[in-house]
Amino acid sequence: MNALFAVIRREITLARRIGAGAELGIVFFLILISVVPFAIGADQKLIGRIAPAILWLAALLATLLGLDRLLQADEEDGIVDHLLLGDTPLMLVLAAKALAHWLVTGLPLSLVAPLLGLMLAIEPGAMLPLTISLLIGTPALTLIGLVGASLTVSLKRGGLLLSVLVLPLSIPTLIFGATVVKEAAAGRAYETPLMLLAGVSLIMLVIAPLAAAGALRFARN
Amino acid sequence: MGESKIPFAKVLRLEARGLAVRRGFRLLFDALDVDLASGDILQLTGANGTGKSTLMRLLAGFTQPDAGTIRWLGLSEDDEASTLLHYHGHREGLREALTPAENLAFAAGILGGDAARIPFALERLGAGSLADLPVQVLSAGQRRRVALARLLVAPRPVWLLDEPLAALDVAGQALVGDLLAEHQKSGGMAIVATHQPLGIEVRHLMLGGVAS
Repeated sequence: MNALFAVIRREITLARRIGAGAELGIVFFLILISVVPFAIGADQKLIGRIAPAILWLAALLATLLGLDRLLQADEEDGIVDHLLLGDTPLMLVLAAKALAHWLVTGLPLSLVAPLLGLMLAIEPGAMLPLTISLLIGTPALTLIGLVGASLTVSLKRGGLLLSVLVLPLSIPTLIFGATVVKEAAAGRAYETPLMLLAGVSLIMLVIAPLAAAGALRFARN
Repeated sequence: MGESKIPFAKVLRLEARGLAVRRGFRLLFDALDVDLASGDILQLTGANGTGKSTLMRLLAGFTQPDAGTIRWLGLSEDDEASTLLHYHGHREGLREALTPAENLAFAAGILGGDAARIPFALERLGAGSLADLPVQVLSAGQRRRVALARLLVAPRPVWLLDEPLAALDVAGQALVGDLLAEHQKSGGMAIVATHQPLGIEVRHLMLGGVAS
C-alpha cells in the first residue's frame, strides 16, 4: 500500500510543480470547445445537436495530454528500473499511476464539462448525464493510454505513435459516452449506453494494468 | 548510525552459469560464470564495450541472456529475487523537479524502505543540506550522493552498482568504499563496475580478458 500511495503522491506533486496539472487540461478542453463555433458558424441548433460528440472528443484529446510522459519521463530518469525492482507488483504500481493521471485530468475535466457544455448550447437535462458519463468513461481512456505509454516507453518520439495506438482503441468508449449524452439531450433513457460504458471501463481496469506491465517488461528487453 | 547495520538474515548465493549475450552479430561475452555469496564484493572491470553494464542489467533481471542461467539460492518460498536487489545505473533515478527528500521518499515507498531514514541517509552521504533543494540545481556529484542514499533508505542485501564513483570527489569515493565495507560486514553482497580502486578487499572479474 505504501508504494501505491507513494506513486500517487509523487505524480500529483509532479503535475502541480511542472504545470501539467488539472488547470492545463481544463484550459486545453476549453480552447478546443471554444474553437468549434468558429469552425461551424453561428448555427446554435446545429451546435447543440453535435455538442455531445464534441465534448466527448475534446475529453478524449485532453486525456491524451501528458500520457506520453507518464512513463517515458520515468524511463529517461532510470526510475522504471526501480519500479521493476519494487516490492509491489508492477501492474499495481502502473494502475496507481493511471489513477493519479486520471485524478489530474479526467476527474477535473468531468466536473467542469457541464459549464463548457453551456457554451455549446447543450440541453440542460443532459448536463448531469454528461458529467456522469465522463466520470465513468474517462478512466477507460487513461487505462488504454497506459498500455500505449508502456509500449512506446523506449521510443524517443513516442507521443505521436501513442496517439495512433490509443485513438482507435478509444472508439467504444467514445461511442457509448457520446450516446449517453445524446440520449439524455433528447430526453430518452440513457441507462443502457451508460452500463455499456461502465462495462468498457471495468474491462479496461482488469486488462490494462496487466497488459501495460507485460508491455513495459517486453519493451525494455 | 548503528541502525544501518542490521545484518541480513538470509545467506544468499548467486550462481550464474554460461551467460552469453549477443549484440547484433557480435558476441559480447560467452560462457561467463559468476559465483558470489553473502559477504562477497565483486569488482567488475573490462575495457569499454565489453559488457559490464549489460551484465549488470542481466543480473538485475531487466534483460534476458541469449544463453545461460542466473539463479539466486537461499531465497524463501515467497521471495522474488528482484525485491532483494538495488540497481544503481548511469541514470540516477532522480526526478529533477522533485527534491532529494521527495525522490527518496518515493524510492522508500517503491523499494520497501523506511522514509524515516531519509535524513540519516542523506547525512551519511554528506548531502544533508541538500534535502529540500530541487534536484535540478544539484551538481552531478551531489546527485550521485543523493542517488546512493537510496541504498541506506531501503536496506537490501544485494547491491548492483554501475560506475558508482563517477562524478564523485575523493571524499565521496572513499565514502562509497566505507559503505561497501559496512554492507559486507552486515552480510550483504555487491557487484561494482568501476576501474577505480574501492579501498576494500574485493574479488575481481574482468570482462573481455582473463577472469580470476
